Amino acid sequence: MIDSVQRAEQTPEAEQPFADLGLKPDEYERIHDILGRRPTSSELAMYSVMWSEHCSYKSSKVHLRQFGEKKPETDALLVGIGENAGVVDIGDGWAVTFKVESHNHPSYVEPYQGAATGVGGIVRDILSMGARPLAVMDPLRFGPADAPDTARVLPGVGAGIGGYGNCLGLPNIGGEVVFDDSYLGNPLVNALCVGAMRHEDIHLASAKGVGNLVVLYGARTGGDGIGGVSVLASETFDDEGPAKRPSVQVGDPFMEKLLIEATLEVLHAGLVEGIQDLGGAGISCATSELASNGEGGMHVWLDRVLLRDPTLSPEEILMSESQERMCAIVRPDKIDDFMNHCRKWDVEAVVIGEVNDSGRLTVDWHGERIVDVPPRTVAHEGPVYERPFHRPSWQDALQADSSDRLDRPGSDGLRETLLELVAAPNLAGKSWITDQYDRYVLGNTVLAQPEDSGMIRIDEVTGRGVAIATDCNGRFAKLDPYTGAKLALAESYRNVCATGAVPLAVTNCLNFGSPEDPEVMWQFAEATRGLADGCAELGTPVTGGNVSFYNQTGETAILPTPVVGVLGVIDDVGRRTPMQWGPDGELIYLLGDTRDEFGGSEWAHLRGHLGGLPPQVDLQRERILGEILVAGSRDGMLTAAHDVSDGGFAMAVVEMALRADIGARLWLPDGIDPFVQLFAESAGRAVVVVPRSEELRFSEMCAARGVPAHRVGVVDSGLGPDAGYPQGTQVLQFGDYFTVTLDEVREAHTRTIPALFA
Amino acid sequence: MSTRIGIVTFPGSLDDADAARAVRIAGGEPVALWHGDEDLKKVQAVVLPGGFSYGDYLRCGAIARFAPVMTKVIEAANGGMPVLGICNGFQILCETHLLPGALTRNDHLHFICRDQRLRIENTSSDWTRDFAPGQEIVIPLKNGEGGYVADEATLDLLEGEGRVIARYLEVNPNGSRRDIAGVCNERGNVVGLMPHPEHAVEDLTGPSTDGLFFFASALTSVLAGSHR
Repeated sequence: MIDSVQRAEQTPEAEQPFADLGLKPDEYERIHDILGRRPTSSELAMYSVMWSEHCSYKSSKVHLRQFGEKKPETDALLVGIGENAGVVDIGDGWAVTFKVESHNHPSYVEPYQGAATGVGGIVRDILSMGARPLAVMDPLRFGPADAPDTARVLPGVGAGIGGYGNCLGLPNIGGEVVFDDSYLGNPLVNALCVGAMRHEDIHLASAKGVGNLVVLYGARTGGDGIGGVSVLASETFDDEGPAKRPSVQVGDPFMEKLLIEATLEVLHAGLVEGIQDLGGAGISCATSELASNGEGGMHVWLDRVLLRDPTLSPEEILMSESQERMCAIVRPDKIDDFMNHCRKWDVEAVVIGEVNDSGRLTVDWHGERIVDVPPRTVAHEGPVYERPFHRPSWQDALQADSSDRLDRPGSDGLRETLLELVAAPNLAGKSWITDQYDRYVLGNTVLAQPEDSGMIRIDEVTGRGVAIATDCNGRFAKLDPYTGAKLALAESYRNVCATGAVPLAVTNCLNFGSPEDPEVMWQFAEATRGLADGCAELGTPVTGGNVSFYNQTGETAILPTPVVGVLGVIDDVGRRTPMQWGPDGELIYLLGDTRDEFGGSEWAHLRGHLGGLPPQVDLQRERILGEILVAGSRDGMLTAAHDVSDGGFAMAVVEMALRADIGARLWLPDGIDPFVQLFAESAGRAVVVVPRSEELRFSEMCAARGVPAHRVGVVDSGLGPDAGYPQGTQVLQFGDYFTVTLDEVREAHTRTIPALFA
Repeated sequence: MSTRIGIVTFPGSLDDADAARAVRIAGGEPVALWHGDEDLKKVQAVVLPGGFSYGDYLRCGAIARFAPVMTKVIEAANGGMPVLGICNGFQILCETHLLPGALTRNDHLHFICRDQRLRIENTSSDWTRDFAPGQEIVIPLKNGEGGYVADEATLDLLEGEGRVIARYLEVNPNGSRRDIAGVCNERGNVVGLMPHPEHAVEDLTGPSTDGLFFFASALTSVLAGSHR
């Protein structure tokens, strides 16, 4: 029997499974207060998914406000936080939208589909702004590289990302792969998408115009992903409880490709008044948000929804997270035209509702009223919690446990340390994974992994383009979440500058443990504060992002992992700076100060140590360093540039040399411990390669801006014989301390990941 | 008037815009053809681009071969029009039997995207005549089902008739028999190629500009009117 509004009024005492749907007793009470009666089972379904942590941001909202409050002055922001994705102006009439989201929990349960639909979901967010999706990136975190469960999860995640993105025709241009014990039961699968449109093509999710039609189009609605956001993404995994597999959605990238083309056609033909993608919380989310943002009222005939499984109940239809669906608001006189475009692309579409000004969202099921709610209470006025938080009891002890106590190699152990680092899972080459992604499709990829940023051309005529990097060292964030978040921002910012692009805006995916744990909540509060302060200092506003809580198994939370994505603009991608260094004789400079900083470093991590303080961060210095990198690109002073981070200076030069397959003579300055010089992870540094003709101009620019520029080497392909190797052997010579051949470094660097996962 | 080269878009085609760009850079005029089209809009050559036509459901290329436009493409190919199938296009050409053999799942079972070194083995086909004999090139390869297979007799025939147009060097990326990266029909006007020349037409975005030779070859062939 259908639980209609009428029946709800007649049976006020009926017991409802609100707790199973993830609602707390006081939240259930609040629904009563809003409606003046008990909710129908369909209403309960809607509120439960929309008030879930994943959709309502109820624990994070009070902290996320800082991104708006501390927002730097900028002309670049066209659409800010709160829409499906932020939009920035990159000049010449182009607007770019980008966002990163998590799909962590589904990817643990079912790695292939979880990762695949993560790509699909973020792509629809970008599409729903009116933009053509142009590229994707995937920041990933896994348990220890040699753990059996990592061998289960990682290959599936990589294949899922490739399987979906490749079939969709979007190049995958970057991301991260990081291993740490804390992610063993909670891998992080974040997905970023960037898209572009002309300014006039920006669309928003609002149901405007009384009498306009609500069209649901794309894939049919099925029983997959029911309760994905409430059950899966808003709860901690434990050993008990039912299998979660049915909560994971199943993707069809072919349908998504058709959906993209059909959607862009109807948008460009001017047939759409408002548009929204269907992701978490499905029809519940799309209808309530569209209505809430528009005239305030909407009526839906739910029995018109095309189903994959005819036995689905109305509650299930409202909650289903079936993929590849979109919802558009279309004027009645344009509906035929809209339907014709859908037919051209073999996309099914059906009118399911109508916009009105009743102030209510009403839903009927075969003539019976099953939902009658004020849409704002579903979409925007969910609960907000001021979760208690406090500095963890162990934080002081952790910071006091400095990495200084670790035994450092003497000068005769430096070579071995380098070979250990280049082969370490976190630093080793990831091409076994990323070669499963198509980086060429669309023909506009200028830079892709392992470059510092992914870069795509937006305008083929002018060469205008964007660069994007994502970064986060969760170990730094654990040692000090405030500084750690700023360091993540700094690294991502630096990576964008290193390619010659000017940073413009920030997106973030804040991955944390349970917000119900005050110590985790403190990490979240501190990281959010750090990121908001950092964005203010660098002048790059946060345009949107995503929070993923409950990434913990039992009492053990993941490393706090605020992944930061920075987007930069470059007026001509032809002047991009790659990390591959140039021909013989060019000069290698290290920019910035190197300090004895090993807290949270990869070297300490390999010794099983995490303690002390993270490296210092000075965002004003980062900003000036960034200006130098951009000016160097603009004025043709740089052949190559590479950010110095994990593994320190030594790792940076190895990566540049491997990319070029050319060796170099490097010298280590006097007065600094060579171990520190080679492996410390001080922030605010980059390695750049300067042609001799530009040396004077470049070093004068650095001096004028007060950025230390140390000449530390020269590109040299002819070092083999000097070092006792045959002619032609490419060698890196580190002062008088040691030499390595690129062949042995490459072998160590490329062997690790295939040996573990192939 | 520049040479009109048609590029077919099936639902799920992905590299159609790339192929059009490549034709343009090579000096031709790209003409968009839709899978439902019943005529070829006076094009003088056709490219079937890469992607996942019809989602690659059933079998790669198996549904695309029945698209209305393919009837015309097959007719034109049999009449001597230069036709190039890249990746998914190669799979479609095998499904239509314009080319022998089939493409199977990569032997390592993973999708692979890499800059691939090739040797051009045949410089008389309509799509390779601008290459120097034995020329080595590097162009992107990206496929999940790119392992070229045929029975031994067919492989021997292809080798004997010089119809292997390109071979993988250094690494066989997908388990293709005899390192075969591309083949042509008897007449040399229909070519299937697993790697992607359309992604190697600009220094900025590709590993080389070697891919342009394929498109330039087609323009040369059309001008020469070799098969008309």
